[in-house]
Amino acid sequence: MSTPSATTPSRWRALTHHHLFWPVAVLIALLLVNVPFTPDFFAIRMADGHLYGSLVSIVLFGSPLILVAVGMTLVIATGGIDLSVGAVVAITGALTCSYISDQADQNALAGVFLAMGIGLVAAVVCGLWNGFLVARMGIQPIIATLIIMVAGRGVAQLITDGQIITINSEPYKLIGGGYWLTLPFSIFVVAAVVAVTVALTRRTALGLLVESVGGNAEASRLVGIRSMRIKIMVYMFCALCAGIAGLMISSNTSAADGNNAGLWIELDAILAVVIGGTSLLGGRFSIGGTVIGALVIQTLTTTIYTIGVPTQTNLVFKAAVVIVVCLLQSPKFRAKVFGAKGRARTTAPAEPATPADAAPKMEVSR
Amino acid sequence: MSATTKTRTAAEGRTPSTPAQASTAARLLGDRRLPVLVTVGLFLAMYIGGLSRYQNYGFGEPQVFLNLFIDNGYLLVAAVGATFVIMAGGIDLSVGSLIGFTTMFTAWLVERQGLPLLLVIPLALGVGAFGGFLMGYVIHNFEIQPFIVTLAGLFLFRGLCLVISKESISISDSTVSSMAQTRVSIGLGELSIGALVALVVVAAAFYILHYTRFGRRVYAIGGNEQSALLMGLPLGGTKIAVYTVSGFCSALAGLLFMLYIQSGDPLHAVGMELDAIAAVVIGGTLLTGGSGYVLGTLFGVLVLGLIKTIIQFEGTLSSWWTKIATGVLLGAFILIQRAMTTRKQT
Repeated sequence: MSTPSATTPSRWRALTHHHLFWPVAVLIALLLVNVPFTPDFFAIRMADGHLYGSLVSIVLFGSPLILVAVGMTLVIATGGIDLSVGAVVAITGALTCSYISDQADQNALAGVFLAMGIGLVAAVVCGLWNGFLVARMGIQPIIATLIIMVAGRGVAQLITDGQIITINSEPYKLIGGGYWLTLPFSIFVVAAVVAVTVALTRRTALGLLVESVGGNAEASRLVGIRSMRIKIMVYMFCALCAGIAGLMISSNTSAADGNNAGLWIELDAILAVVIGGTSLLGGRFSIGGTVIGALVIQTLTTTIYTIGVPTQTNLVFKAAVVIVVCLLQSPKFRAKVFGAKGRARTTAPAEPATPADAAPKMEVSR
Repeated sequence: MSATTKTRTAAEGRTPSTPAQASTAARLLGDRRLPVLVTVGLFLAMYIGGLSRYQNYGFGEPQVFLNLFIDNGYLLVAAVGATFVIMAGGIDLSVGSLIGFTTMFTAWLVERQGLPLLLVIPLALGVGAFGGFLMGYVIHNFEIQPFIVTLAGLFLFRGLCLVISKESISISDSTVSSMAQTRVSIGLGELSIGALVALVVVAAAFYILHYTRFGRRVYAIGGNEQSALLMGLPLGGTKIAVYTVSGFCSALAGLLFMLYIQSGDPLHAVGMELDAIAAVVIGGTLLTGGSGYVLGTLFGVLVLGLIKTIIQFEGTLSSWWTKIATGVLLGAFILIQRAMTTRKQT
C-alpha cells in the first residue's frame, strides 16, 4: 500500500524487499549470537565416520519440524490451517512402533517397511478426513482439524494402550537416528521431501493452482480449477509429511509415546511458516522461507541451550520471538514505528496518519 | 402461517408428513436454538443412559449431578471466556497456559512470599485481564491474526510458569484449604465455592451478552465485522474488551483450579483451551462468530463433564476415551452446525 520512495538505492531495496531477506537475517543473527559463547560453533568435525557439529545437529533435530512445516505451508497457502499434525505424528509413531514390536524379528526389513506403510496410510487417511471436512463440508479449517487434534492423541494412546512402546529395530533406527554418507539420514529424507515439493509446486502448475485456491477458492472454481480436489490433496500431503515426521521422531527415540510425541509441533510448524513469510491469509507461499523459518526455531532452541540461559525460559524466548517477528511482518506496525520516521525524512508528509489508519481496516474481512 | 408452510411443504414434495409436522420440523431446523436444544437433549440422553446403567452404583444421587459443577467449575469459567471471544469471531489459545500460570503465580505468592490470599486474588485476576488486554491490543492495533498472537500468549504464560518454578508448589495455606473444603448446601446436595463462582460467572455472562450494549456489539462484530464498523460500532474497543474478558475468565478459572487441586504446577491445564473451545462448539456457538448462547456453553461443559463421570463409573474404560469421545462429539456438532447453516443459505 505505502509505496516506498524512489530515493532509496534500488539494489539495497531489492535485497531487503526479497521475501527471504528477514527470515535469513534472523537466522544469521541467531547463529552469530552463539559465536561468543561457543567459539567453534561453526566448526564441523569428523568422528567415527560421521560429521558432527552444531550446524549438523540443528538440521538433524530440526528435521521433523521442517517436514511438518513444509506440509503446513501448502495448507496455509490454500487459506487453511492444520492443527492435527501433532496428533498425526503421534498416531503414525504409535501404529508403526506397535506393529514392529509385535514382530518376532524386529530387524526384518519387510516387517519394518510394512509397519511404516501402515503408519503412513493412517496419516494420509487423517489428512483425507481433514480435507473432506474443509473442502467438501466447507467447515473452517481451524475447527475441522481441531477434531483430530483432540481425538488423535486419545487414539494414539489407545493404540499403545497408554504405554510408551519401546522397540529395538536396527533398520527402523536409520530414519531418525542413523547416518548415511557421513550425514544424518533424516537430512536426506528432508531434502528429498523438500525437493519433491518444490519440483511439484514450482516446476508444474500445481503451486499456482494452490495459490489461486488460497487467493479465492470460489473464483478459482469458476475459472475451472478443481479447488475442492486441490484442497483435499493439500491436507493429505500435509498429513503425509506429518506422518514421515512421526516415523522420524519415534525412530530417533526408538519409542512411541502417544501423549508426548510431536506435542505442540503444530504450533511450531505454523510459527515456522509465518517466520518464513507465508501469509496466514493464504494465496502465496514460500517453501524456502518455511525451511529457514523451521531452522530459525531450531536454532533458537539450540542457542538458548548454548548461551546457558536456564532451559525453563525457553518458552518465554519463543514467545518474544513470535511477537517480534509478527510485529515486524505487520504492515501497520511497520508504518507506525518505522514508516512514520522514514517517510518524514525522505518525503513531505504526503501520507498523514489518518489514511494509514483507515486503509488497513477495510482489509479486515478479506 | 399455515398457508405459507403448506405451499412450502408442497413445493418440497414431502407428502408423508402432515403439514403441521413438516412446518415444525422446518421451523426447528432453521431455529438458532437448535444446536443448544440438541446439546441439552444429548446431555439428558447421556444422563438417562447413565442412570439405567449404573443405577446400583448411586449414579442417580443428586450429588453426582452437582459434582459436575464442582469438578468442572474451572472449565466452565474458562469456556465462558472463550464464548465471548468466539462469539466475536476470534479465538484464544492462551486459556490453558493462563490457567496454569495463575495456579503457579498464586501458589508462589501465597506459599513462598507469604502474601495473604485476599491480596493475591485481585492481583492474579488483574494480571490475567491485563494479559488478555495486551493480546487484544496487539490483535486489533497491528492487525495480526488472533491465532498467532494468542499462540504467543500460550508460549509466554507457560514459559512464565516455568520461570517461577520448575517444580510444583503444593499449597498448605489455611485460607486456601478452608475455602477449598467449604461446601454450601443447596437443598438437594452441596456445592463448592468454585462451583458457585462458576454459576455466578455464567449468570453474569448471560446478562452481559444478551442484555447489554456490549453484548450486542460482540454479536454484531462476530456476525459481520465490516457491517459493524460501517454501523459505527467501536470495533477496536469491543475486540480488545473481549480478549480482556477471556483473560480475566482464564485467571479466575486458574484460581478455581488452584482451589480445586490445591497446588501450583507448571504443567497444570495443558491443552485446556481445547476443552474450552470444544465445550463452546458442543454448546452450539457458531465458530464463525455472531451466533450462540452462553447457556449452550454451560451444557457443553456439562456434557464433557458427564463423559468423564461415565468413564469413572464404567471403571474399565481408560482416560484417553475422554479425548476420543470429545473429538467424536466435536465432529458431530460441527457437522450439525454445518447442516444448519447450509440449510439457511438455500
